[in-house]
Amino acid sequence: MSAVPGMTPPLLSVRDLVTEVATARGPMRAVDQVSFDLADGEILGLVGESGSGKTVTLRSILRLVAPPARVAGTILWRGRNLVALPERELRAIRGREIAAVFQEPMTALNPVLTIGLQIEENLQAHTMLTARERRRRAIELLDIVGIPAAASRLDGYPHQFSGGMRQRAMIAIAIASNPRLLLADEPTTALDVTIQDQILKLILTLRQQLGMSVIFVTHDLGVVAETCDRVAVMYAGRIIETGSVATVFAGPRHPYTAGLLASVPRTGGERRPLQSIPGTPPPLSQRSGDCAFAPRCAFATDHCRQRQPTLSAVAPDHAAACWHPEALTTAPPRTAAIAPPPRAPSRPTATTPLFEVAGLVKGFPVRRSALARLLGKPQRVVHALNGPHFVLGRGETLGIVGESGCGKSTLAQCLVRLIEADAGTIRYDGIDIRTLRGAARRGFNRRVQMIFQDPYGSLNPRMTVRQILGEALHVHHMRPAAAIPDRITALLDLVRLPADAADRYPHAFSGGQRQRIGIARALAVEPECLIADELVSALDVSVQAQVVNLLLDLQNQLGLSVLFVAHDLRLVRHISHRVAVMYLGEIVEIAPTEALFAAPRHPYTQALLSAVPDIDHSRRTLRIAVRGELPSPLAPPPGCPFHPRCAQAIDRCRRERPALTARGGDRLFACHLAPPQDGAAAAPRP
Amino acid sequence: MTAVPTSGAAADPRRRRPAIGLIAGLVILGLSLLTAFLPGLVAPHDPLSFDYKAILHGPSLVHPFGTDNFGRDMLSRVIWAYRIDMQIAVFTTLFPILFGTMVGALVGFYDGIAAQIFGRIVDAVITFPFIVLVIAIVAVLGPGLGNMYIAVGMVGWVFYARLIAAEMRVQMRLDYAAAGRVLGYGDVRIIVRHLLPNAIGPVLVYWMTDMALSILLGSALGYLGLGARPPAAEWGVLIADGKNFMTTAWWMTIFPGVAIVLTGLGFSLLGDAVAELLRPRR
Amino acid sequence: MLSLRDLLNRMLQIIPTLIMIMAAVFIIVRLLPGDPASAILGDRGSAEDVARINTQLGLDQPIPVQFLYFVDRVLHGDLGTSITLGVPVAQLILERLPVTLLLTAMAALLAVVAAIPLAFLAAIRRGRGVDLTIGAFFQVGLSMPVFYTGIVFLTIFGAGLRWFPIGGYGDGLGEHLYHLFLPALTLAFSLSAVLMRNLRASIIDVLNADYVDFARSKGLAPRLVLLRHVLRNALVSTVTLFGLSVGTLVGGAVITETVFAVPGVGRLMIESIYGRDYPVVQGLAMTLAVVVSLVFLLVDIVQAMLDPRVSR
Repeated sequence: MSAVPGMTPPLLSVRDLVTEVATARGPMRAVDQVSFDLADGEILGLVGESGSGKTVTLRSILRLVAPPARVAGTILWRGRNLVALPERELRAIRGREIAAVFQEPMTALNPVLTIGLQIEENLQAHTMLTARERRRRAIELLDIVGIPAAASRLDGYPHQFSGGMRQRAMIAIAIASNPRLLLADEPTTALDVTIQDQILKLILTLRQQLGMSVIFVTHDLGVVAETCDRVAVMYAGRIIETGSVATVFAGPRHPYTAGLLASVPRTGGERRPLQSIPGTPPPLSQRSGDCAFAPRCAFATDHCRQRQPTLSAVAPDHAAACWHPEALTTAPPRTAAIAPPPRAPSRPTATTPLFEVAGLVKGFPVRRSALARLLGKPQRVVHALNGPHFVLGRGETLGIVGESGCGKSTLAQCLVRLIEADAGTIRYDGIDIRTLRGAARRGFNRRVQMIFQDPYGSLNPRMTVRQILGEALHVHHMRPAAAIPDRITALLDLVRLPADAADRYPHAFSGGQRQRIGIARALAVEPECLIADELVSALDVSVQAQVVNLLLDLQNQLGLSVLFVAHDLRLVRHISHRVAVMYLGEIVEIAPTEALFAAPRHPYTQALLSAVPDIDHSRRTLRIAVRGELPSPLAPPPGCPFHPRCAQAIDRCRRERPALTARGGDRLFACHLAPPQDGAAAAPRP
Repeated sequence: MTAVPTSGAAADPRRRRPAIGLIAGLVILGLSLLTAFLPGLVAPHDPLSFDYKAILHGPSLVHPFGTDNFGRDMLSRVIWAYRIDMQIAVFTTLFPILFGTMVGALVGFYDGIAAQIFGRIVDAVITFPFIVLVIAIVAVLGPGLGNMYIAVGMVGWVFYARLIAAEMRVQMRLDYAAAGRVLGYGDVRIIVRHLLPNAIGPVLVYWMTDMALSILLGSALGYLGLGARPPAAEWGVLIADGKNFMTTAWWMTIFPGVAIVLTGLGFSLLGDAVAELLRPRR
Repeated sequence: MLSLRDLLNRMLQIIPTLIMIMAAVFIIVRLLPGDPASAILGDRGSAEDVARINTQLGLDQPIPVQFLYFVDRVLHGDLGTSITLGVPVAQLILERLPVTLLLTAMAALLAVVAAIPLAFLAAIRRGRGVDLTIGAFFQVGLSMPVFYTGIVFLTIFGAGLRWFPIGGYGDGLGEHLYHLFLPALTLAFSLSAVLMRNLRASIIDVLNADYVDFARSKGLAPRLVLLRHVLRNALVSTVTLFGLSVGTLVGGAVITETVFAVPGVGRLMIESIYGRDYPVVQGLAMTLAVVVSLVFLLVDIVQAMLDPRVSR
């Protein structure tokens, strides 16, 4: 389906697109001299990290940029230049010929209007259908995008839909008038991986049925590999490499693309340092005439720092904007600046348990209305944890994965007693920590530390780094007062920040640097165990790799045990010795990493793994990993929590909850379908 | 990989400079405070001395703001009133901001029965029109500025407490508060050292507004004869004095009013500037 | 939308507030200097008379019991008797309340009618001349005391231009509206300043919202985007804001009525304070609080009708 440029006229042809957006420091070029073509029926992936200009490029096509912004260049759409088109004529194209889907369906749908109206107003603007016909068509559209009981959902409001259903509704709105081109701006970023899989397949299916072209903006290279024909990589407002997905991913010619691809954890590279790109993506600024990537580039020469490269062909259907496009093919790529630590033993020997968790239960009561209380309606409870049990060994990294609402964060918070569990036991080094008080509790606090997700919220903005670290040292009497300054320098060095970082406030640092300060704060009290809750999920891919490498390195250096909670399976696989998969407040499978990923046994684990977009094996299948959505944790299904979505569910699954049972080796899973192997004892279940 | 932190300005492109508003606000309030502390130095005449040869004179070089029905110099009276009205702004808000911040911080941090009771108090206080409540209390206690401070103090703290409790809850959801708890810090340290400095911003902004509102309230009570008592020069009292001469001697009413508006403007400009300065930087 | 269940829920929620209002007023009553008996009897009463009246009024009972008596009387519409006029307080208030309600309703209407279009204009042309002019005008409005605005309006439009009467209430609805116009304008001036300032900010937020961009991406006409997508959401915040301003509005009415000699409950309140007529002051404070809490309820309901997310 991928068209070769030059043979047929492209559907969309963008030339020298420049978009200036207004900022407090004057106009800035968010998009700089961007050119690309899109063939009929093609899917183009526009990838880049935050601030690369990919979203602004997409929005510039329909001139959907905030008023003071200025769009220049040419955007040829079926013979017409959209940049110069009067607003009135552009409106006839918006929604009719070119439609858009945005990242966050919660904010992109108007909260006070019904879904039906928001579909119908598209039809009203572009078709001659009567009100009755519009309504019928709206139902049809909801049906097409896979919203069950479509007719009854038409009068619903966005907040009454789940995240995945909202995204489906937004797609229904976009395709209402059969557009030729769909602009999709990170349409699955806000979604869980099984829902992302469903939505990606939906877009691919619709593309086939409706003969649409798609421009797909994303930061996820796996999504590009699975969905796109061609790719354009953006950096600092420019396209720095473009070509067919297969060519570019197999042999990137721009060092940034190469670095980005290497930053993604791959099969076989478990617990080795990831290749990372040093530094951080540049902030929006008035660019001077150099290569924007030069400061982070291993191959940069003086020429790169003085002259800006332009996009030029390096091979048929493959172009890169680099002065040294041959460098990657001749020289071995530079490894990350840190010395690669020796590969850790695949599993620590003699794992005496550090954490022993059994039957943990936590429910969050839902606020009842005054009337409900008066009528004596029963208290409804969000069942966050339904009795998971597991062991974390000394020096071990246990990964906990699951989708949002599976209870993984609640679990992490219970372990450090940020949340008090309702029932169950948590033993740390043999001591029941749920009853610790006073000095004993502070002692436990010192031994187990947590590192947090939000780089912007996890540091007190009104304290300098020195105050933040010094406070932890002081409270736990880690060092005599005179030795504190030296210790702070040492801690900063440990997380690879310069000593002069100590006297700055958090806002002076980038996201990745802040996460490293957060790690330094945790290390200040010299803990034995770190609990990392979505440590890198807020960071750009290239920065993620830096932080992950640091964590691996520190673990080797300090012999830490780590509980790594994350939704990103690739990352968890990369870091962990063992992995536990959670679903609706329970652990459904727990096994050594290699075993789990090589042969997942629980149907949910299988579904989860097949839903993750894979960079290396672009499958382009339309088969959906798992249907349906997560049931409400207010009323978890009886029996096996996964049975409503499980294709193989039998009658017993609907009645009886399967216990987490040892099935040979170190593998445990909770499923009725596979009988326990001989000799394997059932794990105790309270 | 030794990345050097970027400078604050570069990392924060959205930062705006509130310079003009800030300077204007500071100049207005600075002059107001100076006048309040040293009215004798600024005023050309004695504000209380009668001059029967110059009754109800219009603005002139000798009396730029004219004279009142006793021949007193209006400019001097408006200037001396600064002393009372600026005092009203500060004294009315002092107890509420201190007590309210304390209560709000505790209620926001310790969610429990106290927070429930506090919620009910808030509900009740906001249903009473504030001025009606203050007037009712002043009616019980008797007119006068001292009683006005007591009356406002009885209810005014609720607004500060509500504001800070809400902001405390916002801050407590952020990870740095959780980090403090995981590090085993005591409640006092977390509240005083971590949460309060981040939660206090809206309170400081509201304080500016509240001082302006207090002047409006104080002058309203003065106008009604329930606040500062004549012959004390207070803007509300001056306006009440001039009301009956409005058609013949407009200057008696207009100039005290201008002083109120100008001071209010100063507080609100400063409040906007403070809000801008305290906006969390990312 | 709003179900019967939501409605009942909201009505239930104001019950604790009403109890708190009564408790607050009761506490203020207890703070009164001097005792009711001597207030009723003047200087003539003997010790027996005082004791008799105390028994009669239940003042010899423990305080919680007194509170229950008080609640019981209030629920039966008995707010006591005016000391100066010798008339039941409830009757006095019922006579005067409609005047104040009409005044505040007029003011609210004027303020909303002025604030919404101006806020839109300022938000759409933000940072330009129109925005700055409107902003400056309302900045002054925010800093002007109500009584001062009243006197200025009175002098210009009443005494000077003679377009409106300088006070009173007149007879018949037409006369009422005519007499109340200047006081209502006075009240509306400061209220519209508050509304306009906040509404402008929330319209700017809405204009920057993703769903407005998404609506534009469908190819909708700008007018439709503005009316359907922006206005509806901005109205939600207007209603919220309006609810928060009701207390200020009623408070302002008390002062405005004094300036314009309007025979409403506000003027009654000030007169009662001058006359040390405590039962009337208490009754009024309670009535006004109840009125405000009823308006809160109304605002809550309107909000739930405008914003489907509010229904719980």
